[in-house]
Amino acid sequence: MHELSIALSLAEVAGEAAAKAGARRVLAVRVRIGLLSGVAADALRFSYELATAGTLLEGSRLDIDELPVVVFCPDCQAERQLPGVQSFRCPVCGRLTGELRQGKELELASLEIETPDESAP
Amino acid sequence: MSTRILELRQNVLNKNDQLARELRTRFQRAGVFVANLVSSPGTGKTAMLERTLAELVRRGRPVAALVGDLETDNDARRLAASGAPVRQINTHGRCHLEAEMIGAHLEGFDLEGLEMLFIENVGNLVCPASYDLGEELRLVLLSVTEGEDKPLKYPNIFNSADAAIVTKMDLAAACEFDLETARTNIQAVRPGLPVIPLSARTGEGFLGCCPPGASREFFPIDLEVGPSHAEQIRLDTPHCSARFDRRNVIDRGSDGEGMSVQGWVEFVKVGIPGPVHDTVPVMGETPG
Repeated sequence: MHELSIALSLAEVAGEAAAKAGARRVLAVRVRIGLLSGVAADALRFSYELATAGTLLEGSRLDIDELPVVVFCPDCQAERQLPGVQSFRCPVCGRLTGELRQGKELELASLEIETPDESAP
Repeated sequence: MSTRILELRQNVLNKNDQLARELRTRFQRAGVFVANLVSSPGTGKTAMLERTLAELVRRGRPVAALVGDLETDNDARRLAASGAPVRQINTHGRCHLEAEMIGAHLEGFDLEGLEMLFIENVGNLVCPASYDLGEELRLVLLSVTEGEDKPLKYPNIFNSADAAIVTKMDLAAACEFDLETARTNIQAVRPGLPVIPLSARTGEGFLGCCPPGASREFFPIDLEVGPSHAEQIRLDTPHCSARFDRRNVIDRGSDGEGMSVQGWVEFVKVGIPGPVHDTVPVMGETPG
């Protein structure tokens, strides 16, 4: 269970980006988590509130896009989505392939921020 | 007040990854090869390192180790018996090592004078997968007492590794452990991953201890890979036939100018009497 560490990193990265953009408040944070990232969405949600308390992100909504594993099958010459992470076999032709195209992401995708209409007087 | 969407696409572990990149550059400049050992608690990371360090020190090779645990310096004391410089990292509750902890424990190490640095991670098959420590090679260990299906239960960490080591092979029969089933499961979650069976107790699998003519398949060996090489490299030498997959190393942010696993070669060659090949032919093999 290292999602609190991940949530603290997320709060730091998102907080810096929001401050740089002049945000007064962050309304929502969208992250992309690959199935192979080793991060559990539920545990991250659980830690998020704690990690963002007292920051620009306090009270913000956490949106999580969970990304399936996508591999490239050299036999089919095509990208294939896998049903899980336990078998790196092309679901069409059955070939084992480790050519990962998606699944390790642990990304801050976007922020919904509230900014002053003009620079404060 | 107005609201707007700020598109970012930034890595959440930006800070750790940045520190890891800096460490990797520092290690490469100093010419020290770094391996990160990950496994469950009790798999035998320390036992494997004890044997490896002792043999390398006996041969006069400058090697060192960092070892992570929540508490105690028991492992550091065991490893220090080899005579190699060893530092304990106590994480006091944290379940994995981070790049920052590595950086903080390098002070006083003469990196330029070292050939290899082993990092023994905190025993945990989940969290260490997410944290790049600036290593060149990540080894995942699985012991025969854990069962052949461990890779299926913890696929992420096996997928993040560059080689898998099966430890405690001397207990395989007693545990009714089937190596072929374990290999199949490892290949299912990470096709092409080299698998190396070992016993730190008997020395089985440490290269020089293999009986003559024994299969050397899957032993990674002298390998210099350029950026244009195929992702899976197959090697055939008088000593061994090996496969190595460099995909993850590139994923973890190497500078794209190729990599060398020469240090790993020294590691697997522990125990070989007499001269060994300095270089071997490398054949790039495009999968399929």
